[in-house]
Amino acid sequence: MAIVAQNSKFGTFGRPILAWAVALLFFFPIFWLVFTSFKTDADAVNPEFLFFFTPTLENYANMTENYDYWHFATNSIVTSVLATAVALVVGIPAAYAMAFNPSRHTKDILMWMLSTKMLPAAAVLYPMTFLAKGLGIYDTHFVIILVLTLVNLPIVIWMLFTYFKEIPKDIIEAAQMDGISTWGEIKEILIPLAWGGIAATALLTFIFCWNEAYWTVRLTTTEASTLSALIEGNRAPEGLFFGRLSAVSAAAVGPIVVLGWFCQKQLVRGLSFGAVK
Amino acid sequence: MGRIVLENVVKNFGETQVIPPLNLTIKDGEFAVFVGPSGCGKSTLLRLIAGLEDTTAGKVVIDDQDVTEVSPSKRGLAMVFQSYALYPHMTVRKNIAFPMRMAGMDEAEQNKRIEAAATALNLTDYLDRKPGQLSGGQRQRVAIGRAIVREPSAFLFDEPLSNLDAALRVGMRLEISEMHKRMKTTMVYVTHDQVEAMTMADKIVVLQAGVIEQVGSPLDLYHAPRNVFVAGFIGSPKMNLLEGPEAKKHKAKTIGIRPEHIEVSTKSKKGAWKGTVGVAEHLGSDTFIHIHGIEGCDPLTVRAAGDVAVKHGDTVYLTPDPKLIHKFDDEGLRIS
Ligand SMILES: Nc1ncnc2c1ncn2[C@@H]1O[C@H](COP(=O)(O)OP(=O)(O)OP(=O)(O)O)[C@@H](O)[C@H]1O
Ligand SMILES: [Mg+2]
Repeated sequence: MAIVAQNSKFGTFGRPILAWAVALLFFFPIFWLVFTSFKTDADAVNPEFLFFFTPTLENYANMTENYDYWHFATNSIVTSVLATAVALVVGIPAAYAMAFNPSRHTKDILMWMLSTKMLPAAAVLYPMTFLAKGLGIYDTHFVIILVLTLVNLPIVIWMLFTYFKEIPKDIIEAAQMDGISTWGEIKEILIPLAWGGIAATALLTFIFCWNEAYWTVRLTTTEASTLSALIEGNRAPEGLFFGRLSAVSAAAVGPIVVLGWFCQKQLVRGLSFGAVK
Repeated sequence: MGRIVLENVVKNFGETQVIPPLNLTIKDGEFAVFVGPSGCGKSTLLRLIAGLEDTTAGKVVIDDQDVTEVSPSKRGLAMVFQSYALYPHMTVRKNIAFPMRMAGMDEAEQNKRIEAAATALNLTDYLDRKPGQLSGGQRQRVAIGRAIVREPSAFLFDEPLSNLDAALRVGMRLEISEMHKRMKTTMVYVTHDQVEAMTMADKIVVLQAGVIEQVGSPLDLYHAPRNVFVAGFIGSPKMNLLEGPEAKKHKAKTIGIRPEHIEVSTKSKKGAWKGTVGVAEHLGSDTFIHIHGIEGCDPLTVRAAGDVAVKHGDTVYLTPDPKLIHKFDDEGLRIS
């Protein structure tokens, strides 16, 4: 009895406290980022003004006046949305084939796809740059979408594969007996049944695309630069522009935080329960 | 039409051969039942007919057309799964309409058939529910409804009733039998239930390890089992199989006698087998008596009238009906 009582006491008080502590721990960097973005560059590095300072919107005003935040934001949206869409369009049929018509090599192919994620991006920096320049697609939306799609495809296929695996094979077979076409199977059965998983995959891919910084910085100069390139552009080794940098960063992560907030239910369900239940 | 012919069909899963070369003809309009012990390849055979498994060798022919390479969706067959396999995201109405929609049938006709099927299967009140909101029996009806609306050339059933409780199973069994009498469409039905096989089938196919042991009408199999395996498999309670001196008297390796063909008496009789009652199961209509002490078969089962008063430990005398003794040779084959 005593143990039960103790447990329930922990359940009522301990667990929420723990949850809050963890949440605050994770939220703190975001909070500090936004907090700092309201300081001037001078105040930001001055310990005297660590907590108490005169807030200013100067950094945000600067952002639209000096370097056209909206240009970068548009690029981020366009490339992330399209790369996510292409990854799903390619990934859904691929994962479908591997989940429901596996061959002897399916497991190997899955492992191989995952292994491509183990290659350090820096290892292919030169070939990629030369290729992009040689093909005349350097600093275009096209190359960014292409690279973001390819970088995320293994994860997309893996995630979709696990969700599709949870759909009972009988249901697909019943549909085949009922005279469905392959495309029909995907459209009528697979997508509706794995909807939660597909949405979770799409959200996660979108977040990865949005935050991707290695290739977006290195394969663009101005035309196709995304928000991560903008942040990079505001980085100074001396650390003199902390206020400005914080404002840019806050404006860059803002949309994704808001998106994550609104989709958290979908994300949690998709990531923890899987497809059908 | 729905004439199904399997010609030298072989199925391997990797290295293991599940179906060795097998030939079988199911006539148009016939109710064929596959029975056999678990893992003998009943489902595999059904799925080969459906096209859900590829044949390793041999041909599947439906209505004189070689469909070996034809996809399941183009074979014109309907299948009812043990798990029902309803589309969980669609209402009952949409589930039943699904095969008709795939066939591009016009909507008025679809609705007409949905109504007809729903009435026949007592589903009218549930048409707008999702499968998750139905009982097992109702789900099974939906699965059957989905199969009948498109008027397939044959129905394939894989243990469709095994997830239902006993009472419901009897009801559904009758409904399917009646459906078959009414529609006269070919049906292929997999079960391991004796009673389903005996009562529903025009033709029973007994399988063991992928090999057909015997094909015949239920009564053929009951009266003249081709070998020891079929003899022991068909009939409930199982046929008693005796080896040793009793069998030798009949110049056989094994003799078989069904529990219902043995007379039991508590008085000593000339030439009768003497044994001791182990358990007497009183079912009301019948009594199944399990008897120890008979050489070559232990326990031996006798099916007696419901009012036979014997109990554990009683000595009984058994007289098998000499005309109904089955004899089998060294290979286990029937001696006629
Ligand atoms: N996909 C598969 N891969 C490998 N072996 C399989 C596969 N499907 C079935 N088998 C094997 O083939 C044999 C026949 O299986 P099948 O499902 O046809 O048996 P069954 O007669 O329907 O049995 P049950 O009465 O238990 O349903 C079994 O030994 C099984 O292990
Ligand atoms: Mg089976």
